[in-house]
Formats: sequence, C-alpha cells, structure tokens
Amino acid sequence: MSRNAKILTAVVLISLALFVFVAPQWVNKIPKVHVPVVPFRLGLDLLGGAHLVYQADFTGLQDVSQPDAMQGIRDVVERRINFFGVAEPVVQVSGTDRLIVEIAGVTDVNQAIQLIGETPYLEFKDGGNTTDLTSWQSTGLTGKDVKKASLTFNAQNQPQVSLQLTDAGAKLFAAITQRDLGKPVAIFLDGAPISIPTVQSQITDGNAVITGSFTPTEAKTLATRLNSGALPVPIKLIAQQTVGSQLGAASLRDSLKAGIWGLVLVALFMIVFYRLPGLTAVLALGVYTLIVLAVYKFLPVTLSLAGIAGFVLSLGMAVDANILIFARMKEELAAQRTLSQAMHEGFSRAWLSIRDSHVTTLIAAAILYLFTTSIVRGFALTLGIGVITSLITATIVTRSILYTLTGPWSQRHLWLFR
Amino acid sequence: MGLMVASVIALASWGLRLGVDFRGGTEMELTITPRPAAADLTATVTGVAGAELKDATISLAGADGIVIRSATLTEEQHQAVLKAIEAAYPKTTITETSFNSIGPVIGSELKSSAISAIVYALLAIAIYIAIVFRGMRRTMSWWVMSFATMVALAHDVLLPLGVFALLGRTQGVEIGAVFVAAILTIMGYSISDTVVVFDRVRENIVKGRLGRNVSFAEVVHQSIMQTLVRSINTNITVLISLIAIFFFGGASIKYFALALIVGIFSGAYSSIFVASPLLVWMGRRRV
Repeated sequence: MSRNAKILTAVVLISLALFVFVAPQWVNKIPKVHVPVVPFRLGLDLLGGAHLVYQADFTGLQDVSQPDAMQGIRDVVERRINFFGVAEPVVQVSGTDRLIVEIAGVTDVNQAIQLIGETPYLEFKDGGNTTDLTSWQSTGLTGKDVKKASLTFNAQNQPQVSLQLTDAGAKLFAAITQRDLGKPVAIFLDGAPISIPTVQSQITDGNAVITGSFTPTEAKTLATRLNSGALPVPIKLIAQQTVGSQLGAASLRDSLKAGIWGLVLVALFMIVFYRLPGLTAVLALGVYTLIVLAVYKFLPVTLSLAGIAGFVLSLGMAVDANILIFARMKEELAAQRTLSQAMHEGFSRAWLSIRDSHVTTLIAAAILYLFTTSIVRGFALTLGIGVITSLITATIVTRSILYTLTGPWSQRHLWLFR
Repeated sequence: MGLMVASVIALASWGLRLGVDFRGGTEMELTITPRPAAADLTATVTGVAGAELKDATISLAGADGIVIRSATLTEEQHQAVLKAIEAAYPKTTITETSFNSIGPVIGSELKSSAISAIVYALLAIAIYIAIVFRGMRRTMSWWVMSFATMVALAHDVLLPLGVFALLGRTQGVEIGAVFVAAILTIMGYSISDTVVVFDRVRENIVKGRLGRNVSFAEVVHQSIMQTLVRSINTNITVLISLIAIFFFGGASIKYFALALIVGIFSGAYSSIFVASPLLVWMGRRRV
C-alpha cells in the first residue's frame, strides 16, 4: 500500500474511533452495543445557572495569612454548596481577594446565594456597652476558633447553642473571660449582636454557650451554619450573572442549529466551487469536526454560546486552509502543469500562507485567553483548538485523501479539479 | 477611506454604548405574560426602596420580555424588585430569564483588561509580521509591512466600532465582554488575510517570478490579482458560517456575529485597498 493510502487508512480508523467517543448515543442504537456515554460539558449560559464573584474583606484579619484565609473561605463555601446538591460546582480563588463561584443547573439561584451569603461570620467582642454598638472591640476570637456547635437546652428547657472551641480558641477565650470577669462580652453574628452575656467566671475548658430568645428551629439553624463552617473573614457579593434554564436550553438549541447550518452551507459551497478537491475538503472537514469535538469532550472544554461561536469560526478557518491549497492547485493547472505537479506545488506553496494566517489568529486567541475570564475565555479556547486542529487536518488529512483518490486516470479528467 | 472617516466621526460623537459588563450596574431580563405597559412597569420598579432604583429604566424585548436596567443592586434589592412586580401584577406569569449584576470595580477592571488585551495583541502581531517578512529588506525597511498591516487593522477595527456606535445610538445596542472577543478575532482574521497578499508579494519578489525590472507597484498589483479569488472564497466561507450564527444562533450571540461579519468583510477589503497601496507608497521603486 502506498504511503498515502496507509495514512488515509489510519485517518479513517481514527475517525471511526473518535465518532464512537463523540456520539455514543448513536452507536448505542446498534443492538447489543453499549458504549459508555461521556457527556459534553456545557457552560452556564447553556445550562442555566449562576456565576458569582465574592470579595473578601481583610480588615480585621488576625493570625491568618491572606492566602490561607482565601483557602478557608473557599473550603467553607464549597461545603455550603455541596449541601445544596449542585453537580460539579466551581469554587475558586481568583487574584488575592476574590472568590468565583459557578453553579450550573440551579433553578433557584437566590436560595443558593442566601445559603452562601449566610455563611456566618461570628465574632466575640468586648469593651463596649449596649447603647453604642460600635463601641465593641474585636477580641480576635472568631468563628474559625469554633470546633463544634450544637443545639442544647438549659435547665428551663430553653434552646441555646453550645460552642466547643479549638485549643487555640480555648486559650484565647480563657484570657478573655479572665480579663472581662463580671463584664459583658458580645457575640456578633454577621455584624449584629445576637447575645451579650456577662462573664460569670473564667472559662478555661473552651466551652461557651450562646443564649438568646431563640426558637428551637432558630437555634438549630444557627448551630448547623456554625458547624458547616464559619468564614475567617466576611465576604461580599460584587458581581452576579444568572441565566435562567429556559434561556439556556433555547440558546443550546439555537447554537446547534447555527452550527449545523454553517457546516452544510460551507460544504455546499466547497463542492460547487472546487469540485473534487472540494469534496475531499468536505471529508476533511468531517474529520476535523470529529477531532475537535473529541478534544472538547476529552479535556473537557466547557462549551458556552461564545465557545460554540468559536467553533463555527474555526470551521471557516479550516476551510480557508484547504482553499489556499486548492487555489494554488488551480493556478498551477492553469499554467499547464500536470496534476501531480500541481498538487505538489499546491500543498507546499500554500503551507507558508496557511502557517502565517493560522499563527496570527492563534496569537489573538492566546491573548484573549490570558486576559479574560470564563465566557470569553471559552471562545478563545475553542477558537485556539480549532485553529491548531485545522493546521493538522488541512495538511495531513486533505493531502492523504486527495493523493489516494487520484491516480494516472485523473490526468485525463482535469475538469474535476478545475 | 470614506467609511473609516465616517466611523471615526460616529465613534467620536456618539461613543460606544457600554454594556453592564463595563459600566457596572444591573440588568434584569424577565418575561411577563401578559405584559403590562412600560410606563406602568417603570413606576412599579422605581417605586421599590433604594437610591439605585430611582433611575431604573425599562425596555421592551420581543413579545413579552422586559429588560430592567439600573445601578448595581444588592441581592436583597434584586428580590425586592421581583416581589414588587409579582405583587403589582398578580394575574400574570413571570419568569426571570437572566440577571446580570456587576459591581463598578469589576466593570472598570474589565474595561482596562480589554484595552490591554487589544494593545498586547497589536504588539505581538506587529512583531510577528516584522520577523516573518524580514527577508524583504532589499525592497523596503523591515517595519513597513508591519505598519501597513497595522493601518489595515485599525481600519478593520474602526468599522465595526463605528457600526456599533450607530447601533448604540439608534437601537440602544450595548457592548459587553464578548464584543472584545469579536474585536480580537477580527484582528486575527484581518492580519491573516493581509498576510496572504504580502506572502504572495514576497514570493513574487524572492523567486523573481514576474521577471526582472518590474516595478514594485506592478508586483503588488499582480500579487493582489493572483490572490484575489482565494481571498474572496475564504471570506465567503467564513461569512457563511457567521451568517448562520447570526440568523440561527441565540439572541445573545446575534450582535457578536454582526460585529464579526462587519469586521471580516472590512478585513478583506482592507487587505486589497488599504494595506497594499500603503505598501507601494512606502516601499522602494524597483524590485
């Protein structure tokens, strides 16, 4: 088998394998065949969901470094969201003081925000009085020092929240209770005092009790929240982008339609204008689509609306590479060269143009990727993957198909190539 | 050239309508069936407590959609607005299709990172072109091709900006972060188009295919003619894909596709009518 035929066979086999990976639902229709389905990762604007950005407030941060505090916040918020049962949430630290949360497929975003937002920020303060709330000073004892909180009932059967402090917290609390013996200590939750008990005795065992006029439910909720984690520093929601799931589903439908129409129209154009080479380009395009989709599934790449637009665009570029080759071929044929010469010239001469045009688009995509976030990044990623893949398919695939399909007979039927 | 001037004027006088992404602020999209009158809705929304809502605006979208725009709202205010609307129109079905709230700090960050992205891209591309075409030293100084490409680029970017300044003024179309993606892509495409022509110029010169003692202008002219068909075809295929997106893709992607269509169209035009004449004008006489 000639070298080109070998390459072509390899390409065909790989394409079949990729097809099974990319569209297992279709393959599974064959009876008795079962291929595991790996779904595509869809972005927020296609699934519906929310993208939230929180900013941490480091004033009043003691004993903990900023990166550690951010990690602490990240862990706490993630635990919170897992309570909510979201599939594959994204919780990441961004920069030095921001947290990005992405929850997909959530129907009631407000509830999720409440849940995250209400992650309690607990502080113990002293030295103030009940009339002027700003008079209280932070003691350095905060929610991070709480090991466990539970609902208990006192002798009068009133609900209260009992706190068990960590070792460091216990030491600090012992110092506070000694210093403030007989004086009030305020327990602030999210900036508002929930209880201002007077210290009766020095507490060295690290057990504290929060009493107040709670109903049992309120006490239980507070205990749960304290347990699922208290934030080392307060956080504020500074940006929110939500897409309702109906809009998401509609967008998905529309972009699939656009993608398919794009493919069809371009294929038609290629065949009409470039005839047989056009047909090979269409086949190469098919392989291209398979490779790109497989990469999206494999990495995985989260597909957003913009991401799909990137794919459709890169389709145009992939075709461009083929056109460069064929235009060159036509020129050489017009200059009376033989078909094999024309094909050879076409591929080698066009390579430089293909390389330059693809690299410049790649530069633009790389910069986009580095400088932007989430949705626009998705576009840059799909465009970049598309461009790189196009470099490969235009040269290897188109060439092997064309070379294998042509032979001495083609010289007599040059009309197919003009 | 005329179009470029028109675009600059449009930009200067109207400016671009910056969307929530860059300004900061809140944008809420709801569908209300059946939809009450806009004046009514505005009264309901501005009536909700909070300074940010005093200047809220309502625009209508489609058959039963509304878009509420205001300064940045907190989550509580967000819910308050929803409740107020539900209370004011109890017999309707209300769904929130999307909600965007960007604090002013993030908005201005996005703006500056968008600008830096564009500047860096320009630099990177200029350097790449200068390097790749350095073999042309006999015919022109090394920076000429970069310069010509940059001018063509400026043209290609200005046109869509002008179009969107116009759309912003007449139809209230706003630009968001995705628009920046469009601009950067247009830059990539414009360059690749221009590069193909220059590539041919280089090849014709280096390989002496057009014979000796041909004027540089003639070389450029021939190169353009040779690459014309390919250039048109490529642009047709890309434009076909984009038109597919424009008509069939979702509403949010529509204007993105439009920006790209204008930009790429102008990209083809500029390679032939802007970059090449500049090249001749600045290059040397003989090959």
